[in-house]
Amino acid sequence: MSTAQTTANPTPVNPSTGKLVVAWALVGVPLGYGVYETLTRVAALFG
Amino acid sequence: MGWLDRERTIAPPGFNRWLVPPAALAVHLCIGQAYATSVYKTALVKHFGASLTEIGVIFSIAIVMLGLSAAIMGTWVDKNGPRKAMFASAVFWASGFLIGSLGIFSGQLWLVYLGYGFIGGIGLGIGYISPVSTLIKWFPDRPGLATGMAIMGFGGGALIASPVSTALLKMYDPNSGAQGWVASGDSVGKLFLTLALVYLAYMMFGAFTIKVPAEGWKPAGFDPAKVKAATLVTTDNVSARNAVKTKQFWLVWIALFCNVTAGIGILEQAAPMIQDFFRQSDGVSLVSAAVAAGFVGLLSIGNMSGRFAWSATSDVTGRKRIYMMYLGVGAVLYTVLALAGSSSTFLYVALAFVIISFYGGGFATVPAYLRDLFGTFQVGAIHGRLLTAWSAAGIAGPLIVNAFLDAQGKPGQLTAASYQPALLTMVGLLVIGFAANLLVKPVDARFHEPRPDRVRSEEPAMEA
Repeated sequence: MSTAQTTANPTPVNPSTGKLVVAWALVGVPLGYGVYETLTRVAALFG
Repeated sequence: MGWLDRERTIAPPGFNRWLVPPAALAVHLCIGQAYATSVYKTALVKHFGASLTEIGVIFSIAIVMLGLSAAIMGTWVDKNGPRKAMFASAVFWASGFLIGSLGIFSGQLWLVYLGYGFIGGIGLGIGYISPVSTLIKWFPDRPGLATGMAIMGFGGGALIASPVSTALLKMYDPNSGAQGWVASGDSVGKLFLTLALVYLAYMMFGAFTIKVPAEGWKPAGFDPAKVKAATLVTTDNVSARNAVKTKQFWLVWIALFCNVTAGIGILEQAAPMIQDFFRQSDGVSLVSAAVAAGFVGLLSIGNMSGRFAWSATSDVTGRKRIYMMYLGVGAVLYTVLALAGSSSTFLYVALAFVIISFYGGGFATVPAYLRDLFGTFQVGAIHGRLLTAWSAAGIAGPLIVNAFLDAQGKPGQLTAASYQPALLTMVGLLVIGFAANLLVKPVDARFHEPRPDRVRSEEPAMEA
């Protein structure tokens, strides 16, 4: 993963991994639920 | 409201740019609910005693407002930054649902037009454009992926909204989903209230997570000189004011309009359409309402994945060629759907899936297409103006389909044959779009901005 660097101050700062995990989980979990629900129903379509 | 200003959202050194996609997705997944309206469309037809066309107008107004607000507010969004834009979008979108629910509870259809259509539509437009431009700025090394990421959430919104809405309707009206039963208007009103609160919270998360890159920022290891130029890709710039004077802008406008009209025609009618295609002679469909809702979700997968896959592919093939595929192959697939789609559910679903992936791909590819033709200088403002094609398609698509269907019979009595006139009309539109795209050539040099004494990597920040 790339991290931001400004031309004025290239000093690296550790990114917040926890924040990253929470942010992706907040959008990923509902999306995963949607995919799961969809595939379950689609299976019934071809059943 | 200074805490919403752009200056307060500039990323500090070390900010991880991969926090931006989930912020963008939080907004686009919410406003993408617009693709799941077919889940409760039949319920609204019954509740208001209205025609399909009258209920379809709700969706049409929302899409018109999306295009208009994106075109008009693009400069405002660029000036004020994505946080203020997302905040405004959340307020408009949630208010739209609240006013819409009031209209449902009181039996006033015009309030649903005003709420979900007009006010919610403004939320759609502002929410749509704000993360798109921000992601392009954060990912200059992967423009195809960036536009795909920004816009795919809009396609994925229905993936969540469809099953959640079905479950909520069943909770508010236990008979909902039973054979021959249409959800009550009261349950749809409660669904709107619930969605207003949930979407408001989610979009606020996006608004307070997003940040813009600092002036002069670029990804570690990114070398702009390595960006490969291709046919039709200009290194010059055209202003938004000049872009609308070029035939290229209007040819792309026509191509997008035709692609979107054809896609919306299926999406807006998705759930009842699959049931009608497989309706037996006794009037009962082989496809239940629950399975039809799943089909809506499957189309969302096609819509969403098409945005990623085709947009990324366009970086290799070029935008013009991939638009040839969207429109040319799309016309052939539409013809097969109209003439042989009812022969098997697998064929029907497969055709619809690919057609909708082309629809999504068209949306995700078009910002890069504009960047190729007009440069990066004001590509956001040009993109906003181009989205009026989406607005026009939001009127034309549902009107074409619903007008043909209203003439063929009432909901619950339609069959696959009832859809043929509408679908074959869409084929004609796709052929027109194919021809328009074929005519796209590089923009004449007289429209170019005076070339500044700087390298490509130091061009002005992109608007949107």
